[in-house]
Amino acid sequence: MSSITMTVNGKTVSGEVEGRTLLSQFLRDDLKLTGTHIGCDTSQCGSCTVHVNGNAIKGCTMLAVEADGADVRTIEGMANDDGSLGIIQAAFQEHHGLQCGFCTPGMVMAAADLLEHNANPSEVEIRKHLSGNICRCTGYHNIIKSIQAAAAQLG
Amino acid sequence: MYNFDFEKPSTVADAVTALASEDALALGGGQTLIPTIKQRLAAPSKLVSLSGISEMQGVSASGGSLHIGGATIHADVAADSHYPALSALAGNIGDPAVRNRGTIGGSLANNDPSSDYPAAALASGATINTNARSIAADDFFQGIFETALDEGEIITSVDFPVPDAACYKKFEQPASRFALVGVFVAKTAGGVRVAVTGASEEGVHRWTAAEDALNANFSADALDGLSVSSENLIGDLHGTPEYRAHLVKVLTARSVSDC
Repeated sequence: MSSITMTVNGKTVSGEVEGRTLLSQFLRDDLKLTGTHIGCDTSQCGSCTVHVNGNAIKGCTMLAVEADGADVRTIEGMANDDGSLGIIQAAFQEHHGLQCGFCTPGMVMAAADLLEHNANPSEVEIRKHLSGNICRCTGYHNIIKSIQAAAAQLG
Repeated sequence: MYNFDFEKPSTVADAVTALASEDALALGGGQTLIPTIKQRLAAPSKLVSLSGISEMQGVSASGGSLHIGGATIHADVAADSHYPALSALAGNIGDPAVRNRGTIGGSLANNDPSSDYPAAALASGATINTNARSIAADDFFQGIFETALDEGEIITSVDFPVPDAACYKKFEQPASRFALVGVFVAKTAGGVRVAVTGASEEGVHRWTAAEDALNANFSADALDGLSVSSENLIGDLHGTPEYRAHLVKVLTARSVSDC
């Protein structure tokens, strides 16, 4: 077992993990941050997308020990301080950017990653950036609309 | 996933020592290795992370050559401006989250028959530097998932001579976005080099007939008289060997046109 410490959504957290413990498992099972979803667990669907040191990664394809010392942000860190929905989350609600909602945490984190690196993305850039996020409801058009609306509001 | 020990050394020398344990494996970004361990297709006793070694990080250019640390992620290569064709290739590997973890050293060491970086390294005439030696790309790739690397040997960096002109075109397998076929064309001081990934049962390779034709006349028309044999090409549900042979020629022509 290894002792690890990281910042998750602004709070310092610590835990004991095995070598094989995935970051997604540590977030969900140890920290009880179950907003990070595990869709495929094979690196393909993107539901487990979280930010590590400001960049989107797949939580199911990174070892928790590799995030020792890192600054991590999950979907739980996307809401406003008063608990109301953040701009990207609210845009998803407003523009019907989710149906069953299972992929949504990953979609929101991928969208946040895009908008932090490219404040005014084209539709093509949005679609390309979501290439690692799969929505089984196939609700892509409204996801794109949601992200465009969030970009306009954040811009 | 079976459990394993984990070490994260901060120097290449410590990583080499850590990898001396039986069944220890080096961990780059883990974008192939972690899924492989999950499927129990690999069961290392120990993973040695290379992500904490600062001397293996980053991209720098000098004297017409690009030096890339072995642990540099695809996103960092994509963001560099010195070798546009290579950066474009790196910016189109997998998806954004994969590019934020996957590394050039990991990709080259794995030598997946459909991955992009081997085509760039072979076409550019890159040099793969390890903890023990420097290996020319022509000698490095030795068949599917096979390289010149010895047990425990680490790719510490890769040197790419920046060609006069270069272009990479891939036909993506739409689900995985791996190259069904990818062709990297580089016009170098020593002549034209054409490297093909995704097509052959023998992994990445050069198409020398196209190189000869392009050395005489660097235009897509120069390829008109050539044909690609489907012998030893990959056939699977995504494409027959004949289809891949067709793609090799089409993608080479497109690469030359866009060089």
